[in-house]
Amino acid sequence: MSTVEVPVPTLPFGKRFTRWFARNTIRIYAVVGFTYLFIPVLYTFAFSFNDSAKSNLTWVGFTFKNWQNPCGAPEVCNALGNSIRIGLIATTVATILGTMIAFALGRHRFRGRSATNTLIFLPMATPEVVLGASLLAMFLNFGINPGFWPTVIAHIMFCISFVVVTVKARIASLDPRLEQAAMDLYANERETFRRITLPLVAPGIAGAALLAFSLSFDDFIITNFNSGTINTFPKFVYVSAGRGIPAQANVVGSSMFFLALFIVLTGELIGRKKRKR
Amino acid sequence: MAFLQAAARRANSFTGKRSRLPYLLLMPGMAFLSIFFILPILNLAATSTQSPAASGEVGSYVQTFKFSNYANAFLESREQFARSFIYATLATLLALAISYPLAYAIAFKSGRWKNLLVVLVVAPFFTSFLLRTIAWKQILGENGPVVGPLRALHIIGQQTTLTASAFAVVTGMTYNFLPFMTLPLYASLDRIDPRTLEAAGDLYANGFTTFRKVTFPLSLPGVVAGTLLTFIPAAGDYVNAAILGNPSTKMVGNVIDSRFFRIVDYPTAAALSFMLMAAILILITVYIRRSGTEELI
Repeated sequence: MSTVEVPVPTLPFGKRFTRWFARNTIRIYAVVGFTYLFIPVLYTFAFSFNDSAKSNLTWVGFTFKNWQNPCGAPEVCNALGNSIRIGLIATTVATILGTMIAFALGRHRFRGRSATNTLIFLPMATPEVVLGASLLAMFLNFGINPGFWPTVIAHIMFCISFVVVTVKARIASLDPRLEQAAMDLYANERETFRRITLPLVAPGIAGAALLAFSLSFDDFIITNFNSGTINTFPKFVYVSAGRGIPAQANVVGSSMFFLALFIVLTGELIGRKKRKR
Repeated sequence: MAFLQAAARRANSFTGKRSRLPYLLLMPGMAFLSIFFILPILNLAATSTQSPAASGEVGSYVQTFKFSNYANAFLESREQFARSFIYATLATLLALAISYPLAYAIAFKSGRWKNLLVVLVVAPFFTSFLLRTIAWKQILGENGPVVGPLRALHIIGQQTTLTASAFAVVTGMTYNFLPFMTLPLYASLDRIDPRTLEAAGDLYANGFTTFRKVTFPLSLPGVVAGTLLTFIPAAGDYVNAAILGNPSTKMVGNVIDSRFFRIVDYPTAAALSFMLMAAILILITVYIRRSGTEELI
């Protein structure tokens, strides 16, 4: 079979351009949108190579020295270490507690369900400044000084709801027939959970943990209320903003960006491979 | 949020027996939230009606059920209150206007790049939001690459600055909360079956009508979730106002922060926090009722 040649009238450039533009407006818009999202990230990355002495406000010259010595500026690594420690503990606890709640909500009907849902939603509907201030006020009332553990507790508190929501969504998207099939094949409830349900929910739990860690790591407002003299990375950035942030902070920020991107993309690739098999 | 509940209910119908297990699963987490979320909020309510102790010691207060704290706190900082809600509304609307086409493009026009683009929406999150906000301050600042050309082209006056202004605060908030808007929008747009849009076309709806009568109504849960997730943190935010603003752009968050730390006036800070929380909860309830997506929570 031969294709019929349709004579394509050549339009003048102006018209062709308008037509192309009309067809691709939404794509062009998306490119502009992403550029907007990434301008400050690129700026932060670029200025991590700035050969600046103290404040990193103007471009001086290109150097690798900040990347070779990220702990060069005082306090950067101490604050970073605290942030990572707080983030890891808070993520672990919040992920365990939140996943348990998510299973209760997603897999069981019980009295008090809607009250539980409300209690999960409320922390997300409360502004951070209120969460931070109320916790600090309580700690002070009970004579507990703000510091490392109060900060960890605060972080667990605001991360739980996000874990519940993420894991619950994953549980809800599972095909119940998979579990029914396992039961039909004489797996008991425990075995079904361990070998079918948990592996299927695992990506959701991993995603929730990543979300919890990034929320905790990046939190400033609640941390500022409850951390006392303990320094965290966001706190360090905020405090040093006045007199100029050292370029090492940009190194840390950019590294976190690439690390997170790497983790997410690896997870995506593994998921894709599994789906193919 | 829980718009997947219906599906969950269907899913658990076969394990729907009542047992102690759900309570055992709930217990630790709920106990934690009760002690470290509910209790502090109740404590905050109690603190909000206290008065300074007779000893006159800084930071020590006694309970006197002084409800006038609320009136005083509101009168003192009603400007900042109003500003918080105006800025948050503006930032939410701007974020919606920017995010909707973005989410639409990812959901319908990105083909096999979809997952990657979703990751890219969240990716800026991982560079500390403070670093990004400060980056904006420097980009828009006096030594940045934006102000000079705009002045040379007489788009802005020679004395006008872009930073330290209400404009900078609102755009800063818009930027910072953009992913919170884009993700729920994308999630609800992505669920739309493209065939419904084709059906609209078959029924002689043009592009705009299809959008107005089919796409937009179907994406409404995402619009509601996105606007809430943007508005709530924006209304309580004080970091953008502190970094990108000037003294006349202070928001209620700034007042609570300074009452707590600089003035050590806990009752006023507590009263303000409580009013902010109440105002937001009332707004959310009305908004969800009016938008008819109650199953969201």
